[in-house]
Amino acid sequence: MSNAQLLAETATLAAAGDMSTGETVAFWVLAPIALGGAIGMVLARNAVHSALFLVMTMFSLGVFYVLQGGPFIGMAQIIVYTGAIMILFLFVLMLVGRDSSDSIVETLRGQRLAALVLGVGFAGLVTAGLWRALKGISSTGLDEANAGGNVPAVAKLLFTNYVFAFEVASALLITAAVGAMVLAHIERQKGERRSQRQRSQTRFAPGNYPAPKPGPGVFATSHSVATPALLPDGRPAVESVPRPIEPRELPPGTITPKG
Amino acid sequence: MTPTYYLLLAAALFTIGAVGVLIRRNAIVVFMCVELMLNAANLTLVTFARMNGSVDGQIMAFFVMVVAAAEVVVGLAIIMSIFRTRRSASIDDSNLLKY
Repeated sequence: MSNAQLLAETATLAAAGDMSTGETVAFWVLAPIALGGAIGMVLARNAVHSALFLVMTMFSLGVFYVLQGGPFIGMAQIIVYTGAIMILFLFVLMLVGRDSSDSIVETLRGQRLAALVLGVGFAGLVTAGLWRALKGISSTGLDEANAGGNVPAVAKLLFTNYVFAFEVASALLITAAVGAMVLAHIERQKGERRSQRQRSQTRFAPGNYPAPKPGPGVFATSHSVATPALLPDGRPAVESVPRPIEPRELPPGTITPKG
Repeated sequence: MTPTYYLLLAAALFTIGAVGVLIRRNAIVVFMCVELMLNAANLTLVTFARMNGSVDGQIMAFFVMVVAAAEVVVGLAIIMSIFRTRRSASIDDSNLLKY
């Protein structure tokens, strides 16, 4: 593909002032998806579902940016927001609050109802204001600004008019990275750290069961075949261990239930 | 058809995010609602860039993205450290500074 052809291709990407038929169709397909994702995020009980709903909304917004003559900002939206920020959210969710679902109990009585009423009122105000302000407004479109391609246009502005803001943004990112490290760092004293020898000794000390603990959801105290099943009264059923295997004999201290 | 509908959609998304901040308790979900509000503002900026015929709005959206990334990193670190001391990610539980 020649350079002129490439330029023509990018020129078709530039959004005209008015929405074309294709763009209108894309909008009416994606807008309900974006709205549904947003509502699903607020309503989902499970925080992981919320995050995935938000990813859906952000993807549709990225497509909107590309449709509106901003392929660079659209791709940045998909890479930075859905790719980096939401994955960070999922990481922290898995570390922190996956199973801590919201409490249904209201701390302040009527808070939810009040929030809903406020939200509806706010939406009404903004929509009415927008509708009045934008009635009969004309839209220029990015055809001219994007004539040489969107990325060169953005770069030209970013490194001339906005170059100071750009530098400040880099300082901000560095500060944020250092701040996150300071906040997430755990300070350990030198003597606090236990050596492997000490760990091994505590593991094999009497009263501690040395083998790995059974996986979550397993009610048995061990998942070894040699561990006899328990009778309803708590005594081990020796017959439950297959003949060739000797029932495991543990000193009384080690049989204590493992936490 | 002028791109007004994008602005209306952005207003709706912003409202949903604001309501989410008010009604959810899990700090991480509240944070996600804030992200949704930032995204709605971004959509408005990109639409205004198109209506005005210059890419300045897109650059503003780009800066909003940068600030959002920084904010998420620090905010999630704060949530993590609160969780480490209080064993809870609910915003109702962090009330030591009350009164």
